Amino acid sequence: MDEMDAIIGEFLVESYENLDQLDLDLVELEQNPTETEILSSIFRTIHTIKGTCGFLGFSKLESIAHVGENLLSKLRDGELTLNPVSTSALLAMVDAIRQILDCLENERNEGDVDYSKLVETLTRIQNGETVEAVATTAPAEAADTETVAEEPSAPVEEAPAETVSEVAEAPETTEAEAVAQEAPAESTPEPVAESENTEEVEIDRRKSIQDAEFLAQHGDRREEPQAKKPAEPQKSGGVADTSIRVDVSLLDTLMNLVGELVLARNQILQYAPESRDSNFQTTTQHLNLVTSELQESVMKTRMQPIGNIWSKYPRIVRDLSISCGKKVRLEMEGKETELDKTLIEAIKDPLTHIVRNSVDHGIETAQVRAERGKPEEGVLLLKAFHEGGQVNIEIIDDGGGINPEKIRDKAISKGLITTEQAARMNNREFVNLIFAPGFSTAEKITNVSGRGVGMDVVRTNIEKIGGTVDIQSVYGQGTTLKVKIPLTLAIIPALTVATGGGRYAIPQVNLLELVRLDGQQAATKIEKIQNTPVYRLRGRLLPLIYLHEELQVEKVEESDIINIVVLQADDRHFGLVVEAINDTEEIVVKPLGQQVKNISAYSGATIMGDGNVALILDVMGLAQKARVISQTQAKKRAEAHGDEATTDANRQTLLIIGLGGQRMAIPLSKVARLEEFNRKNIEHSGDQEVVQYRGEIMPLIYVGNLLGTTSDTSEERDELHAVVYTQNNKSVALVVDQICDIVEESIKVKKSGSRHGIMGTVVVQGQVTDLLDLENVILSVDPTFFNENEEVAGLLEGNGS
Amino acid sequence: MTEETQFCTFYLNKHFFGIEVEKVQEVFRYQEMTPIPLAPPTIKGLINLRGQIITAVDLRKRLQMPDRPDGQLPMNVVIRTPEGAVSLLVDEIGDVLEMSLEDYEPPPDTIQGMTRELVRGVYKLDDNLLLILNTAKTIDFGEPAPA
Repeated sequence: MDEMDAIIGEFLVESYENLDQLDLDLVELEQNPTETEILSSIFRTIHTIKGTCGFLGFSKLESIAHVGENLLSKLRDGELTLNPVSTSALLAMVDAIRQILDCLENERNEGDVDYSKLVETLTRIQNGETVEAVATTAPAEAADTETVAEEPSAPVEEAPAETVSEVAEAPETTEAEAVAQEAPAESTPEPVAESENTEEVEIDRRKSIQDAEFLAQHGDRREEPQAKKPAEPQKSGGVADTSIRVDVSLLDTLMNLVGELVLARNQILQYAPESRDSNFQTTTQHLNLVTSELQESVMKTRMQPIGNIWSKYPRIVRDLSISCGKKVRLEMEGKETELDKTLIEAIKDPLTHIVRNSVDHGIETAQVRAERGKPEEGVLLLKAFHEGGQVNIEIIDDGGGINPEKIRDKAISKGLITTEQAARMNNREFVNLIFAPGFSTAEKITNVSGRGVGMDVVRTNIEKIGGTVDIQSVYGQGTTLKVKIPLTLAIIPALTVATGGGRYAIPQVNLLELVRLDGQQAATKIEKIQNTPVYRLRGRLLPLIYLHEELQVEKVEESDIINIVVLQADDRHFGLVVEAINDTEEIVVKPLGQQVKNISAYSGATIMGDGNVALILDVMGLAQKARVISQTQAKKRAEAHGDEATTDANRQTLLIIGLGGQRMAIPLSKVARLEEFNRKNIEHSGDQEVVQYRGEIMPLIYVGNLLGTTSDTSEERDELHAVVYTQNNKSVALVVDQICDIVEESIKVKKSGSRHGIMGTVVVQGQVTDLLDLENVILSVDPTFFNENEEVAGLLEGNGS
Repeated sequence: MTEETQFCTFYLNKHFFGIEVEKVQEVFRYQEMTPIPLAPPTIKGLINLRGQIITAVDLRKRLQMPDRPDGQLPMNVVIRTPEGAVSLLVDEIGDVLEMSLEDYEPPPDTIQGMTRELVRGVYKLDDNLLLILNTAKTIDFGEPAPA
């Protein structure tokens, strides 16, 4: 029923707001009966209420709103004109609605007050019959209630008579107090005058003198249910009174201001210990506490329960499991876990994707489950909880799990990893490969998932908001996805470190542990593998990066103490060696100016306690820069300078082609495109064969002819395979016999200068393969092709390394 | 009298420069700043301006002028830009001058280097020339050099 309650709650809040407006509108309308705009607005309000309660199944409320709407529509269409009688009737209707809403709020039902007389009156007015005394048409039962709750000090909001007795006990005091506040208006306790007086209370509340005048005239004609009204606004805990709608941008501003306050607080906290004034010290402490509380409260205003997005999943899971022919039960734990609104928005799509994936690929069909001895119905469990300043979301299924071998084969066949790499990886690493770009193991692509763009996007999106995602899977037993995201983005806890005279902040999210080596340890514990320093952290090798080297700053002091900050980036752990580790503190993240924001090592800047600016290190960026992360190594390699070349820099992606039965390799980086041309399209320009390609004329080079490995096959086929090489907007097509494969290999070029057009030989996939010297081949056909540019030399150099 | 424009003026390597007053947010003395390792040398660092972090651009470097002599502290001219405030480091601040369009001329084509790029006009004073900076170009480094 929780969701239903939430919907009803929203309906109540909205309706109360509307009703307040309605009262004002009606009164104003009576003054200007021709004001159609107001009338339309009233009409819309009632219509909305009618529609919503019809939808929610509140038939009584609906019937009242319905007759009211009918009357209003006649008024709107000009068939009737508004007179005091109809105004009173409409106001009575508004009150009746309010009364029912009260009942709904407190008792979850519409109450059993009979409104048939009111309905009748409204109908009669609508039919143009004269209604003399609306007041007398007040629901009889309601009037009875009234007599029970005789003194005005107990205008119990619970209209139904049955409830009065129980209400009389508890809320009596609060009611009495509440009414006491309204004492001026409540001075005459006679039941007769009551309805009028309480109306005045109500008017006071709305602070409208006009209303008061009007009601002084007409109040006596109004119906009894109003007598119960005054209690409503004073009742503590009413939905409408305890919530207001606030613009999110206002909250953002508030958040920023609090951010500034936190900074100022941090600054004062630094000065406080220096001061001997004990008063100042106490005040500072107080300020500290209040600021922390304020910060927390403001953050709370932006918090929303994660249930808000989870509420969609039962439907998604149901639809999906039916379309997949599976039985899935969705369970949720920790729906009330709150996190920042912007974060909620940000994780909505990734989470939905994960849930869909779990149902689509994770959980098996009932039949398979039965064979595996599992209950037919699969369980998908969503769990959310707070831990260590982060929100943890776990998506657990008891499905088939992930087969690491399948992943490995797939990854190798897609060229994401090499067999060598695969040999070094453990099952857990294989499973995490599903986050690699371009990966999808689904055997068949469904309309749900399996397009290979899914999980890497999920991870990117989660990492964008400073979160992490991890997957654990036991083959045959199920999969657990763990998503960790920060509570909020603007203020984050961070560790400050110092190197080269500068201070840097490292977001706590990336921080795993701190290691300090001194004396003897410092001298011996750091080992080197080909100049790459590593440290044995509990038996595992931790690659080390020196912050001062990465930032190219001078070390300030030589010390025999080594501080290692163990960080996590993209599932890789690495150690960052810094000169000093200072403190953790809450920092406010500020963006960098456009002149410097492209430096990947920083994610922003912040103002420290002493008022100076410190840069926030982008752990991800640093790791990429230092090439701790393998994926980016490929990217880096292209721009790597010779001195940075490590053993890995020899890795190249090669295109394998077939020429006259031989295999040859071309560095893929030099290939613009692979094309197929039909022989029919070949034209001649002089004695050069050319094709029209993207609006240009592109010469064809028969590599086989040039290298003397002529094969007849290429002459016979209609389709020519060509490797397009582009430089300076000029393209040539190198015609080859076959396009065989694309492989990533760690290659070592053996020079063999004797053969024309061959740069050397390499071993690819265990076979000796000739490396084609593309530039040379092209030059031999068109010696002017590379004029206008000197980059060729560079290319050749990079290639030959 | 024709159109008049007010300029905030300053000195750079004995040259006299101006920026439209409405583009200038404020001017203040030297303040300590945090250098940014890996950033191009034109960028001197980050300044905390009342809780706002702004980037400080060394105008001498930007205009390919020789470095400021040791010991001479620069002043900050903070200009407003669509992407937030940026501080330009200059040698010395001058007066706010009101200039008439009559004295205006586009920069001669013979000026070389960055000055040609960044100066959008010249006002002729009695005893001096006032070079008007194109602020948008001045703070637009294009794609920063890869770190």
